[in-house]
Amino acid sequence: MGFNRKDLLAIRDLEVAEIEFILDSSQSFKEINARSIKKVPTLRGKTIIHLFYEPSTRTRTSFDIAAKRLSADTYSVTSSTSSMVKGETALDTLKNLEAMKPDVFVIRHSASGAPQMLAGRTTASVINAGDGMHEHPSQALLDMLTILDNKKRLDGLNVVIVGDVFHSRVARSNIWGLTKMGSKVVVCGPATLIPPDIESMGAEVSNRPEHCIPDADVIMVLRLQKERQQQMLLPSLREYSTWYCINADRLKKARKDVLIMHPGPMNRGVEISPEVADGPYSVILDQVSNGVAVRMALLFLLAQR
Amino acid sequence: MEAHKNSVNLVLRKGRVIDPAQGLDAIMDVVIEKGTIVEMGPGVGPPPAGAAGEAAKGAAGRSERSRFKQIDASGKWIVPGLIDMHVHLREPGEEYKETIASGTLAAAAGGFTSVACMPNTHPVNDCAAVTQFIIEKAREEGFCRVFPVGAISQGLEGKNISEYGDLRAAGAVAVSDDGRPVMSSLLMRRALEYAGTFGLLVISHCEDLELSGQGAMNEGAVCTKLGLRGIPRAAEEIMVARDIVLAELTGSRLHLAHISTAGSVALIREAKKRGVPVTAETAPHYFTLDEELIFSYDPVYKVNPPLRRLEDIEAVKAGLRDGTIDVIASDHAPHSAVEKDIEFEYAANGVIGLESSLPLILRLVNEGLLSPLEAVSKVTSNPARILQIPFGTLGKGMAADLSLIDPEVKYGIDVSRFKSKSRNCPFAGMQVQGKALMTFVGGRVVHTG
Repeated sequence: MGFNRKDLLAIRDLEVAEIEFILDSSQSFKEINARSIKKVPTLRGKTIIHLFYEPSTRTRTSFDIAAKRLSADTYSVTSSTSSMVKGETALDTLKNLEAMKPDVFVIRHSASGAPQMLAGRTTASVINAGDGMHEHPSQALLDMLTILDNKKRLDGLNVVIVGDVFHSRVARSNIWGLTKMGSKVVVCGPATLIPPDIESMGAEVSNRPEHCIPDADVIMVLRLQKERQQQMLLPSLREYSTWYCINADRLKKARKDVLIMHPGPMNRGVEISPEVADGPYSVILDQVSNGVAVRMALLFLLAQR
Repeated sequence: MEAHKNSVNLVLRKGRVIDPAQGLDAIMDVVIEKGTIVEMGPGVGPPPAGAAGEAAKGAAGRSERSRFKQIDASGKWIVPGLIDMHVHLREPGEEYKETIASGTLAAAAGGFTSVACMPNTHPVNDCAAVTQFIIEKAREEGFCRVFPVGAISQGLEGKNISEYGDLRAAGAVAVSDDGRPVMSSLLMRRALEYAGTFGLLVISHCEDLELSGQGAMNEGAVCTKLGLRGIPRAAEEIMVARDIVLAELTGSRLHLAHISTAGSVALIREAKKRGVPVTAETAPHYFTLDEELIFSYDPVYKVNPPLRRLEDIEAVKAGLRDGTIDVIASDHAPHSAVEKDIEFEYAANGVIGLESSLPLILRLVNEGLLSPLEAVSKVTSNPARILQIPFGTLGKGMAADLSLIDPEVKYGIDVSRFKSKSRNCPFAGMQVQGKALMTFVGGRVVHTG
């Protein structure tokens, strides 16, 4: 089985075989990133537009590097505010850019579902680079690739996702992906940061890290946005960190081969301590490296369509 | 509109007259003259002009009546003109979405002869001048009767009560801050007391704004999967409970708009048992559509209160069946593509309903949930009683407001043929049964289809 979709919008949509195919393809692109001349002509003549309605450093750079290493031409359209504030609707922006005949749109938007809506209105491919609290499929794929590199499998693992699951598109995409691949996912955080009925997605819920850390093969730590304490979700960052920060002390009971992951950007000292972020279990920078390979694979599969 | 100006004299022959106010469900003729129902009963209609035997009978009155337009209503329903007690006509201020003319034409096309229009216009209908404007405009350009609902609070700001005495005198039939809840319990108490002074009904939009927050749909598994913020059922139910307690405290009449949850139905059922002066309405989308439709992220399904779960749909239906929910009203809320053809999270709340209500209500009859009398009561006698308006029933000497319904015809809902200016109809393409063939307001034909 290959990958024959026009768009990559959500991990929820994907079959297991499609995920496996994307991860296999990603492996073959890793080698290019290790060369001294990191460029192949594969997508020469293809045009890729990054349409970012939300600030992003890592994801946009990663997609841009991935596209350029495949020799595609790339353009960035960014806006720090929503399209509505600017006056032009996202749909109008898309139609105008589409008239310039791009092959792929890489879209990030603060509104959940926006890439889905836009994908339905263009014949170009759309990759969802993160929409609201909904999904961030390329992040989940690079996370799965990183787990696969280290654990040699994606089934039968025990993955704990700890932190602000409520607002996290990374958590949602990983829950779909990892449970499809046969692993168990436990989401861990105070009840105010756990989405309602998350069990319906196949995840288990724990409110206390000490209950789920000992069995974890992988611990994914999520960013805690500092403004959450103004939304009656947390009393203080200090208390959050006291009970939920992944630090060396909490990891004393963890497995010796546990993987520590973080999608970035980190709040050191809030959800993760510096000694853990930089410690022996951490694969956080491997995630970033794998991100380029995964995005090369995605752009290759979609732009070749 | 001018009642019975341009009215026709006619006989509706051998129709099934369904009039819940009288408990009437029988095959009859209905004779309309000068905008008024002058006779109703089996075989009272005069024979058609030139019919055999007419000359022989020689009755002068009957031969005059024989010049009446004759309509064969056999196999059809003749019902009191339908009443939709919850619509948004958008005029004054948002005429690009709907006008009094287009909204009342849509009403007529849907079989409705009376609508109550909500005050969230620009300017807000919180004073006699705006109420008078709406009534005047409806008289000049409207296709059905329009009963304005004034604002509970000045400017819908939730701070101080509006001038209910003046609103009442100008023709308002109720007050509501619909679209927004009355968050202050004290303001709601005062509104109930003061409205009672002038015999005005208070219609409450039940929503705790803090609990609903930035929610875009029902809270639960679907919103979690879609990454959309949820509106918990508790946001509605807490305010239903509060308003019931305040109606009990004040003894004033309270009507709860667009009920959408199982918990609300249970609270209202229990309050009615206790004798609290509360009535309630729901809308067709709350007994027809569920939240799973939002997996499409299509803003046509974005409405407030939001589409809920299947178990809420079942509870709303049970409430309709046992009378806990008195009224079906469309909450007709026109929006243009500017508000609707955008990201789901940014899109406006609301669906149009005037031209789809009737077949969706008839579905409840075809499912066996409601008898024809019960179904018709939800859009005739019950809203008339609650609004205290002299319509919603058929009788000798009454204004000839009635709808001729074909209960059998099957078709797909075709939004492109709607009279409404807006197209935000979540029922587009749905296969349904039953439609209004003709609508009469004061004997005037306002719709034939």
